[in-house]
Amino acid sequence: MAVRVGIVTFPGSLDDRDAARAVRLVGGTPVPLWHGTHDLDGVDAIILPGGFSYGDYLRAGAIASLSPIMSEVISAASTGMPVLGICNGFQMLAEAHLLPGGLIRNDHGTFVCRDQRLRVENTTTAWTSAYAGAVSSVAGATEITIPLKNGEGGFIASADTIARLEGEGHVVFRYLDVNPNGSMNDIAGITNARGNVVGLMPHPEHAVEPGFGPDTTDAMRSGTDGLPLFASALTALLPA
Amino acid sequence: MSDTAETAAASAASAAPGATGAPDAHAESAVARPAVDSVAVATATPEKEQPYAALGLKPDEYARIREILGRRPTSGELAMYSVMWSEHCSYKSSKIYLRQFGSKTTEKMRKNLMVGIGENAGVVDVGEGWAVTFKVESHNHPSYIEPFQGAATGVGGIVRDIISMGARPVAVMDQLRFGDIDNADTARVVHGVVGGISFYANCLGLPNIGGETYFDSVYQGNPLVNALAVGVLRHEDIHLANASGAGNKVVLFGARTGGDGIGGASILASDTFDAKGPTKRPAVQVGDPFAEKVLIECCLELFREKLVEGIQDLGAAGISCATSELASNGDGGMYIELDRVLLRDPSLNAEEILMSESQERMMAVVQPSKLEAFLAVVAKWDVETSVLGEVTDTGRLIIDWRGEQIVNVEPRTVAVDGPVYDRPVEYPAWIDRLHEDNALTLPRASDPEELRRQVLALLGSANLASKSWITDQYDRYVMGNTALSFPDDGGMIRVDEESGLGFAIATDANGRYCQLDPYFGAQLALAEAYRNVAVTGAVPVAVTDCLNFGSPENPEVMWQFSQAVAGLSDACLELEIPVTGGNVSFYNQTGSAPIHPTPVVGVLGVIDDVARRVPSGWQDEGNNIYLLGITREELDGSAWAGTVHDHLGGRPPVVDLAGEATLAGLLHAGAMQSLLASAHDLSDGGLAEALAEAVLRFGVGARVWLDEMMLRDGVDITTALFSESTGRVIVSVPREDDVKFMGLCEGRDYPVLRIGVTDRGAEGADAALDIQGQFRIGLAELHQAHRGTLPARFGTAPA
Repeated sequence: MAVRVGIVTFPGSLDDRDAARAVRLVGGTPVPLWHGTHDLDGVDAIILPGGFSYGDYLRAGAIASLSPIMSEVISAASTGMPVLGICNGFQMLAEAHLLPGGLIRNDHGTFVCRDQRLRVENTTTAWTSAYAGAVSSVAGATEITIPLKNGEGGFIASADTIARLEGEGHVVFRYLDVNPNGSMNDIAGITNARGNVVGLMPHPEHAVEPGFGPDTTDAMRSGTDGLPLFASALTALLPA
Repeated sequence: MSDTAETAAASAASAAPGATGAPDAHAESAVARPAVDSVAVATATPEKEQPYAALGLKPDEYARIREILGRRPTSGELAMYSVMWSEHCSYKSSKIYLRQFGSKTTEKMRKNLMVGIGENAGVVDVGEGWAVTFKVESHNHPSYIEPFQGAATGVGGIVRDIISMGARPVAVMDQLRFGDIDNADTARVVHGVVGGISFYANCLGLPNIGGETYFDSVYQGNPLVNALAVGVLRHEDIHLANASGAGNKVVLFGARTGGDGIGGASILASDTFDAKGPTKRPAVQVGDPFAEKVLIECCLELFREKLVEGIQDLGAAGISCATSELASNGDGGMYIELDRVLLRDPSLNAEEILMSESQERMMAVVQPSKLEAFLAVVAKWDVETSVLGEVTDTGRLIIDWRGEQIVNVEPRTVAVDGPVYDRPVEYPAWIDRLHEDNALTLPRASDPEELRRQVLALLGSANLASKSWITDQYDRYVMGNTALSFPDDGGMIRVDEESGLGFAIATDANGRYCQLDPYFGAQLALAEAYRNVAVTGAVPVAVTDCLNFGSPENPEVMWQFSQAVAGLSDACLELEIPVTGGNVSFYNQTGSAPIHPTPVVGVLGVIDDVARRVPSGWQDEGNNIYLLGITREELDGSAWAGTVHDHLGGRPPVVDLAGEATLAGLLHAGAMQSLLASAHDLSDGGLAEALAEAVLRFGVGARVWLDEMMLRDGVDITTALFSESTGRVIVSVPREDDVKFMGLCEGRDYPVLRIGVTDRGAEGADAALDIQGQFRIGLAELHQAHRGTLPARFGTAPA
């Protein structure tokens, strides 16, 4: 039976269809969930997609973190269900305190869209296990390129929190080459201690289908480095 | 009292008998409301003086309104006529010319056109049961006064046009013209406009897949912000803006109506800026992209559930436009209770409500039996909604306000049968002198080193430099169907995820060419957009245009306009692709100096499978580079003349439309047989620019030899590098496909010449553009010249 992955749609969600496509491409069943209900529809994992939730005219994700569906997401996360927050979803996870720290306006002040190189620092989470042992140009590290697009992507946290994230290996993704938004320690994504909740600013769901992803040296728009992220959750959930 | 839009509207209100005439209608209404200027009052007080001039109407237009009504208009009617008869809404100066787009057509052009000019946007059948709707529109005047909101709401407006057709919007593009890049005020406009587009379109979740940005001092006091949107829909989902079926409800939904954008269409967009005049800021609308995003999803659900009979977005002229157009296109009658309009500001008077251009609003016609279901859908999306009235069979548009009838008109007299002007046209005497002053006399480079400097100067010039500083602020990935976007020649979107069916789109306009010759300038814009679509592998099928000109009251501007429309419609007829819709923007001038004529032409193409699309640069080593087409000595109006010599004169390049059609057919065949590793259009900056861009696209270099081409075409090296002759494309072809590719060219008898080979460069060394026997420029130097220009002026963002 295919793994059912819930994708929450808020009124201002933008990348929900893309997240659903990514789940389909790795063999999962995307299940649409609606922000205004308390119904998780019996899903096995949850993705909070990118977008502008309720307009985000206040702090991004702040209102969404208080929405009806989020109370269910929070309790599901506490039972160990894999939860992934992408961009706006990461902002919600931080606002809901499922992940530490916060996301602030990019240091250069403008929205930025670019193909971003990242290092996968932790391949033990529910969302990154499939990166373990992946082909890599640097020994011991997996480097991927996926799109990044945000206006408020600067990761910020207290010195203690940063030290804990680094010390306990909770930094999952780190920016390479360019820090595109002023994030502390070049942090692009983090996990909770349990490894089931992961949030990141870049967009793995935009690098899942040849022809529509980032450019690679092989061919235009052929990058699919985002796929293992979605495959990880499915692998974790499939009965052995 | 200043003559701003807001106060003009207030003075319209205070024209009513019993009004004190106090300048601040807002404060006044809170205390003692002025008596309503009802139809009965208007009939009883024919002598009442009305502020028609402040609302932008001419004395004879006002006289005609009185004649139509058989009495003086009420202040509400005057407000409606003034906005709907404005140049922006009525096309009164352009109408007699625009008819050519409909009359110069063939059966082939009409075959796939499902909805043509006149509706919110044209709709084209693209096969497999799919249709594409697209249109480009101007938002020039608001964007100069208030660049951020002006540009943002420009995107919002065109997207609502697309929704109104029943389509899901899937892409946007912008055509921008700014003043001199080194003028201090340009940065203000650039930051505002780009920020506004980024803010609005990113928040809507629409990929921005292309567009144009030019800098020229002629746009200093009048920048151009055109916005294009594309939507896709199934054939059976087409919706039209008409109000039919007496008894059907008229529903206004979306954002509340506020005091923004009052008189935007009339006072702002249909007049010339005057340096000494009052600020027109209150006439600019303010956008809320989240409200629009919700409106998109809400409308699509309403369409899916088949809950609306007719639909119209509220843009220019707001409720005045929506009610009169819906009624005109339907059974002709409508009754509205204006008090039911949900207001952001309860002190607004009836005239302001009729004229407000508040954004993110839609008007639908709903069967009474479906009203409950309709209201359930809008409630799901938390969209505020009010039933304003209903469709009637009276043939009259009747609007009540506070229990009294304030509007009673035949809707067609407002929306359709407005004034039509045959404005004076005069051949500009200066154009002969401009033609004589051609580029033949300009000095040319005497050695390879100077040529090399000129190539780099062009590459880094404001108009040819990389626009990534702008485009990196736009989301090009959202929706996951973007097959091509900047910096490729055209944008491409997958329509059907199963079959791979997609569309390509490109826009162009060269104001310098149009200044030299508006007839051929418009044709050149079409030819280039057509070619830009063709190089992607798609088949060009339809056209939209946004005709940006100076004041129609200037006979020389009207001559330019008449020439451009004739040129464009003649060329569309020859290429057999129809104009499906568009927009005219006049009064683009500050003081007496009009902008260069800037007819932005957008071409839509169809491709059976986006997997066969062709990139604009080379990715592989050892491919042969071919130049398609002939190079003539055509440097007049070129980027070389402008950048190197600050010169504009002579005549633009020759247009060969039959040749363009042959070339497009050749490229399509090459793409379908997967023979082309890349294809890139030659236009501004000529071959040198095209080669440099093809290197920069993926960082693979090239060795190029030009002797054979110079010999064949009888041109010198300056012409070979910088001429802007049309009908030319560089393609790269894998060696194993050479024979097949040459066969394609021979079969179509299209000129082709091998001019080089792609080359990654030696291991560890920099790739380069090596023009053999002339000069060599390394990738890093090309990159620096190309990418440095905009960040140097506008600040750095991560590259």
